[in-house]
Amino acid sequence: MARDAVLQVAGLQTHFFTFGGTRVVRAVDGVDFTLREGETLGLVGESGSGKTTTCLSIVGLLPRAARIVGGAVVFEGEDLTRKSQRELRRIRGRRIAVILQDPMASLNPLFTIFRQVAEPAFFHQRLRGRSLRERVQSLLRAVRIPSPEWRMREYPHQMSGGMRQRIVGAIALAGGPRLVIADEPTTNLDVTIQAQYLDLLKDIQRDTGVALIFVTHNLGIVAKMCDRVAVMYAGKIVEQAAVRELFDAPKHPYTRALLGSMPKLGSKEPLYSIRGQPPNLANLPPGCSFHPRCPDVMPRCMTEEPRDFRPGDGSVARCWLLGDVLARP
Amino acid sequence: MSSPVLEVRALTKHFPVRRTLLGGPARLVKAVDGIDLAIGAGETLGLIGESGCGKTTTSKLILRQETPTSGTIRFEGRDIASLKGADLMAYRRAVQVVFQDPFSSLSPRMRVGDIIAEPLEIHTDLPHAAIEERVGRVLELVGLAPDVAPLFPHEFSGGQRQRIAIARALATDTRLIVLDEPVSALDVSVRAQIINQLEALQKKLGVSYLFIGHDLATVAHISHRIAVMYLGKIVETAQSDALCARPMHPYTQALFAAALPSHPDDRAPDKPITGEVPSALSLPSGCRFHPRCPSAMPVCSQTEPALRRREGGGEVACHLYP
Repeated sequence: MARDAVLQVAGLQTHFFTFGGTRVVRAVDGVDFTLREGETLGLVGESGSGKTTTCLSIVGLLPRAARIVGGAVVFEGEDLTRKSQRELRRIRGRRIAVILQDPMASLNPLFTIFRQVAEPAFFHQRLRGRSLRERVQSLLRAVRIPSPEWRMREYPHQMSGGMRQRIVGAIALAGGPRLVIADEPTTNLDVTIQAQYLDLLKDIQRDTGVALIFVTHNLGIVAKMCDRVAVMYAGKIVEQAAVRELFDAPKHPYTRALLGSMPKLGSKEPLYSIRGQPPNLANLPPGCSFHPRCPDVMPRCMTEEPRDFRPGDGSVARCWLLGDVLARP
Repeated sequence: MSSPVLEVRALTKHFPVRRTLLGGPARLVKAVDGIDLAIGAGETLGLIGESGCGKTTTSKLILRQETPTSGTIRFEGRDIASLKGADLMAYRRAVQVVFQDPFSSLSPRMRVGDIIAEPLEIHTDLPHAAIEERVGRVLELVGLAPDVAPLFPHEFSGGQRQRIAIARALATDTRLIVLDEPVSALDVSVRAQIINQLEALQKKLGVSYLFIGHDLATVAHISHRIAVMYLGKIVETAQSDALCARPMHPYTQALFAAALPSHPDDRAPDKPITGEVPSALSLPSGCRFHPRCPSAMPVCSQTEPALRRREGGGEVACHLYP
């Protein structure tokens, strides 16, 4: 039997309203996925594909211009889209934690590491004094900060980039979360440090059973970290599959193109290049949003938006090509 | 091999760091500490390493934005340190640069045509019409329509902007382009476009590239030869294929181990390296890599290994290969 679903996102739509509501950008337009305990979902896409807006919608931290206009975010049985900010504050930092890209921007330069790592335990678990200090030390040990009893008295600027990102990881773990959303956490790190950090996240997941959403544009990170992958394009998930399925038999032409454009170590084969540029969300092409760049475009794609097709191996893809395959006898 | 376009010998650049308040001794950051490089005509040399290893300082020295502490850089046989006046201008025409971030490397207040025409206006006395024609030609070379010249950079996406930056680098009679992480700021679907474009341009024009990067797969893909840098030193150089087939220096091996898999079933070789790059202010004794090296021996902390011929061509600086 499958493990419990920690998070279920169904038909999520988040739109940005600008110029007094006269211009609407559909940043997230009907996103569905389910995340189970101990599972890692990779949310892959280019800038502007809606992956970050999806994450911010889950935790209720959207910018002012953005509104969730449809769908539900069910976390541990409760719909988060119906909660007030006050109620969300009890969930964020405790049961859902977020790790952002730039650790220097997510840490406060004026407070010690101790104070910042202690904050969730202080507010959510009401720990004080010695038990708080011990909790912080064990968290820092969990993210492999050497001599935590000394290091926790220091400030962020005294740490290297990799260490800062591990401190952010410690803060994320402080509340004992069931879901961690990591938004490109290793983009600013060097390759060897990135590898260390990814291994650390995996170890922590094995120990705690936390579910992870990994936002990235790097398919290599997906191959290393994820169990399932959702590929986003122009605010929609165009393909969702188990990670092996996606790498071995990609269904959507965009996924195929992304995989083909990835340089592989030791291979000098020419890279597949996707023509054109990522689309402007305020002015999407009719039909399938990918059709102007698609190598397999058909007349139908230009007028009719494809629905989700399920070829039967557990994957879901939004492409008319699959409709044809499925319709064949 | 024909004589190289660019030849770097024993190049060092040390930056003095101000004394501490208490008057401690002045210290040196040895950003580049005695490196040799050569790039042939129509060749791509990949320079790979983590932040702080001296890749960017090396590129600045080659572009003559910094003066070396010692060592020589020869371009087409001439020492660039002695270039003055017209000769220096000729060098600046021949060696160009493309930076990582096309959002900050193009002036938002200049039209694309003017951005590309600027080096021509500075370096040539071509009449206006000829400059315009040349601008149109280089725009076509990089895959843009010549009629985008009157537009401003903000009207383009990241990939298109990087094409504009490459067009600017090609406007003069360029023989060497320093590419400082030219695709790391771009969207994945656009990266392959730019890499393919760079390769096509090299075939067509015979221009040489110094490709600086930290992503092993990308650098290995585009480069003919690769030099791996660690804390101001080159620890290994080889033909790209030979290096990928058999990385020899433990640091190169660590970079390969840290490289992301291209398929979920690819298992990384189990040779983890621990720790982080030490500060360039207090370099470890002996081999700079020994505190992080999984195969460190007693000799490594005492004597610095020199570059020696390695199996399969190229050179490696490691006591494991005497």
